[in-house]
Amino acid sequence: MQPQRYWREIPQRYRLEAGLCRKCGKVFMPPRGVCDSCRSTDFEMVRLSDKGRIHTFTVIRIPPSGFGEQVPYVLAVVELDDGVRPLPMVSGGGTPAPETPGAVRLTMQVADCEPEDVRIGDPVRLEFRKINEVGKSGVICYGYKAVPA
Amino acid sequence: MRDVAVIGVGMSRWGELWSQSLRDLSCEAALKALAQTKDGGVDAIHVGCMSGGLCAGQEHLASVVADYLGFSGVPASRSESACASGGAAFKAAYAEVAAGLCDVALVVGVEKMTDVGGDEATYTLGTAADQEYECYNGATFPGLYAMMAVRHMHEFGTTRRQLSLVAVKNHANGLKNPEAQYHAKITAEEVEGSAAVADPLRLLDCSPITDGAAALVLCPLELAKKFGKNSPVKVLGVGHATDTIALHSRKDVCRLSAVEKAAQRAYKTAGLKPGDIDLAEVHDCFTIAEIMVTEALGFAKRGEGGKLVESGATGLGGKIPVNTSGGLKSKGHPVGATGVAQLVELVVQLRQEAGDRQVGKPKIGLAQNMGGTGGSSIVSILGV
Repeated sequence: MQPQRYWREIPQRYRLEAGLCRKCGKVFMPPRGVCDSCRSTDFEMVRLSDKGRIHTFTVIRIPPSGFGEQVPYVLAVVELDDGVRPLPMVSGGGTPAPETPGAVRLTMQVADCEPEDVRIGDPVRLEFRKINEVGKSGVICYGYKAVPA
Repeated sequence: MRDVAVIGVGMSRWGELWSQSLRDLSCEAALKALAQTKDGGVDAIHVGCMSGGLCAGQEHLASVVADYLGFSGVPASRSESACASGGAAFKAAYAEVAAGLCDVALVVGVEKMTDVGGDEATYTLGTAADQEYECYNGATFPGLYAMMAVRHMHEFGTTRRQLSLVAVKNHANGLKNPEAQYHAKITAEEVEGSAAVADPLRLLDCSPITDGAAALVLCPLELAKKFGKNSPVKVLGVGHATDTIALHSRKDVCRLSAVEKAAQRAYKTAGLKPGDIDLAEVHDCFTIAEIMVTEALGFAKRGEGGKLVESGATGLGGKIPVNTSGGLKSKGHPVGATGVAQLVELVVQLRQEAGDRQVGKPKIGLAQNMGGTGGSSIVSILGV
């Protein structure tokens, strides 16, 4: 993991910053240049809800490189609650966020739980956590993990 | 558009082949396929390979293959669509022949996966998923398919035993294929007792790491007698589609819409429907994948892929035999070679040369090749 590759994604991984299509209201995480629903290229940055529910999950028993100390761990697709918030720096601009058509889902670990206790539909909250570290002198990677709500 | 025929097929040995390089494997398969043509010459070469760079330290494979086959000077290019690279190379060659840009095209699918350790091979396969938003957070390929399985079980009642039956069936078929990587009869209990990888998937739910290559020679149907030694197998339809790179971006995480779209396009071109297919080779990279693919291809209703394998309909003597070769599960999965090898099996079956695993006298076969968690798929229909 090169620092520049890591640094680029910090707004998404640390602060859940997503792209909201101003035309149709669809939310993209990470942000992208064109909306796949209406083809608009007009976006504003918003912050995703940090609450959601387990949509599906697994327990990783054989880890990828860099995650060996964490197994077994729960990996899940979390469906975030509807509704996005304007970013603090642009709040007060008076652009109310439209209703989110179609919930945003993200893949993440579920921490602070016993793997056998996790079920589809369980409510979770996203927290800022350490993901892993790249060797002894490399980047320490942070991001979001879900914890039971 | 000209009608296109397959006039030659070939496979290298498949397995953990320390003595053979990427170029050795490519040439072994290609020379076997070319031996089925009259003059052994080609006008164009299409190579399917996912990651010669990460797995064998070699890119620019089109030139490597042309060079080592003694065809320097012939135009060659490589197609990459992760585990669907072989299917993508076949499609590129098919289009070139159909369009009249060349007459004889060679397709070589290849992957040399054991020149790197298990961690690096796993990393390479992971690059077919969303690196920044799936793998970054600890996702593995088995993990992503496991999440599809969990949701499929939740929504449709698919059972752990139904997953096992896919592996049992495909290993039983592989036992009858001399070219398969594994020749081992397995039971459902053995699948369920094998090492846990990503719940509910176990080791025997997963396709292996394999070195191998497969090749095809294509030409216009009207010239098949001129260039080919065998009676030709006709390409009836080819469909290709994509889906989101991340599983979580899909409206439905246990629906393979790229496979559905590719199949609809192939069926439409061929003027056929699912019930017309006599046998199919599908992308069973994990047992749950075969269950979901049979639904997407229309062999089973949505959610009933598990019941289909349980009914025996996809077995060698069933209504729609699936993965007569042993599939990725037993035959092996050198990723770039897989899509080409699926077509090799169809040709062998349609020529009625499949020996102990021959399924009667089939007229129409379908191959479905898939990249990543279904981010791309190519469906091809062949007939005699």
